[in-house]
Amino acid sequence: MDMRLNLPGLPDFSFKNPILTASGTFGYGIEFAPYGDLTTLGGIVVKGLSLAPRAGNPMPRIAETPCGMLNAVGLQNSGVESFIKDKLPKLPWRDLPVIANIYACDPGEFAELTSVLAREQGIAAIEVNISCPNVKEGGILFGQDAAQAARVTEAVKRVAGDKPVIIKLSPNVTDITTIAKAVEDAGADMLSCINTLSGMGVDIRTRKPLLANVIGGLSGPAIKPVALRCVWQVCRAVNIPVIGIGGIASAEDVLEFMLVGAHAVQVGTANFVRPDFSFRLVREFEQLVQKMGITDLEEFRGSLKA
Amino acid sequence: MTNEQCTTLKVLDNVPFGQVSGEHLFFALRLERPEWKNWQPGQFVMVRPSGWAMDMLWARPFSICRVSNRDLVLFFQVVGRGTRRMATLKSGDEVMVWGPLGNGFAVEPDTPTLLLAGGIGIAPFVGYVHSHPKPWNLHMEFGHRMPLNCYPYESINEKIMGDAHLEEKPEDLTLFIERMDKRIQEYGEQNGLVLACGPTPFLRTVQHLALKHKVRCQLSLETRMACGVGACLGCVTKVSDDMHANGVAAGRAQVCNHGPVFWADQVNLSEG
Repeated sequence: MDMRLNLPGLPDFSFKNPILTASGTFGYGIEFAPYGDLTTLGGIVVKGLSLAPRAGNPMPRIAETPCGMLNAVGLQNSGVESFIKDKLPKLPWRDLPVIANIYACDPGEFAELTSVLAREQGIAAIEVNISCPNVKEGGILFGQDAAQAARVTEAVKRVAGDKPVIIKLSPNVTDITTIAKAVEDAGADMLSCINTLSGMGVDIRTRKPLLANVIGGLSGPAIKPVALRCVWQVCRAVNIPVIGIGGIASAEDVLEFMLVGAHAVQVGTANFVRPDFSFRLVREFEQLVQKMGITDLEEFRGSLKA
Repeated sequence: MTNEQCTTLKVLDNVPFGQVSGEHLFFALRLERPEWKNWQPGQFVMVRPSGWAMDMLWARPFSICRVSNRDLVLFFQVVGRGTRRMATLKSGDEVMVWGPLGNGFAVEPDTPTLLLAGGIGIAPFVGYVHSHPKPWNLHMEFGHRMPLNCYPYESINEKIMGDAHLEEKPEDLTLFIERMDKRIQEYGEQNGLVLACGPTPFLRTVQHLALKHKVRCQLSLETRMACGVGACLGCVTKVSDDMHANGVAAGRAQVCNHGPVFWADQVNLSEG
């Protein structure tokens, strides 16, 4: 069956299937090319880009937890210009929606980054990270305050041209729907939720935290119930498409997120379970949909009997 | 053309080496040979037993110990949850393997080459020694804390000259460092090559001595990894300016795909 997703409000934009890869877990995409055909994916979200190169946080930056992991990478990247010059041309962007995830310290800088990326033919959409828990300046603060989140959204939308703008929401808030509605009103075309949950780990032998940054972002199957709840709440609160993220590790998980209303999903930490994970998931999802006798994904989407 | 693959391989056997307090902590894991076109000593693979559920998400990185026509051999030490469970692997079990990953050690057949191994850091040198075209140009100094029969030292010793140094008390470590200092100086004087693999404190010492004696030296870094392919940025190390131009972001390079082997004057081992 046709897995293509047409998105309401975005007549010129579609994903060939609902399985995308999440920012920070799939590098710039090129790293995974030996393990599968990138063009079979619904899309990829490249790792967070900033205007200037960023060194990120000190080591250790990652730790394994039961059914998950903690990270405090701190948005290490080589900067947007380097991405456009060195990485983007290596991606099969004509056959693969490449979504640029961006991070900045203030709305003006978000807009500057967006205007650079808006000129690039190879960029399909822009995902705005207002929810990173691992950076001191900006980061999650934008995502925890509805007015700030709206300001960033407006600034980005003003210069995004015809590129759809996706706002990535944080679960580390009292009411995620308040932020979701604020950014929808500010012009967001899509939402992706959720970013990582704030967490920490410690070692009783060394008496040290597992991460040099002490606090990091928890991801992986451990957070799936939280993500599912957030996506369900957000889907009921807004009228724009929502991309579900959080612990997706099987074809069943993809359908669960669609059942609560997501149009698509992003696979994150599972890309570390094996490098061909997302490629296999596309195939397994198609098989599961057929096996379950689902003939119309749009009809299935949001059909939770709650 | 890239050569990396992600494939499921059968365990041929999982042979314990030596004993520590009646327990086996060191194993040679022998797997079916993957369909690689080529590999270099010093490269590594990510290994995740198929039986692991989602409890432990990450595969574990291991140096390639040896590859023959029949098998791929990895040598590992039990240090945590993952390796403890890997110790229970038996013939017929399946493991997922991706690789060969990273770069390898320099091979300069006619250059006198000193191999410095600390503990489990001996593993990649098995492949290095057995695939080197002129092994008579190699010599090893091996520092270890567990009994010598815990390590694949015999396999190296049958091919090249080596000296093993057991560290039981602090004075032993001092003597080993003095020995390495002397040997590194000798290799510097004859424009030789020094290669080292072992825990980070060991590598810091080797790096210090190599820079002091201005000898060409490569270090194979050991670090925690999640993906092994350069995506998670969990295994970075600080690097020098000349690597910045090489696609490295803001002074930190991924050990997995920019290493694990670095020239000693390129890395700063202060973190982690």
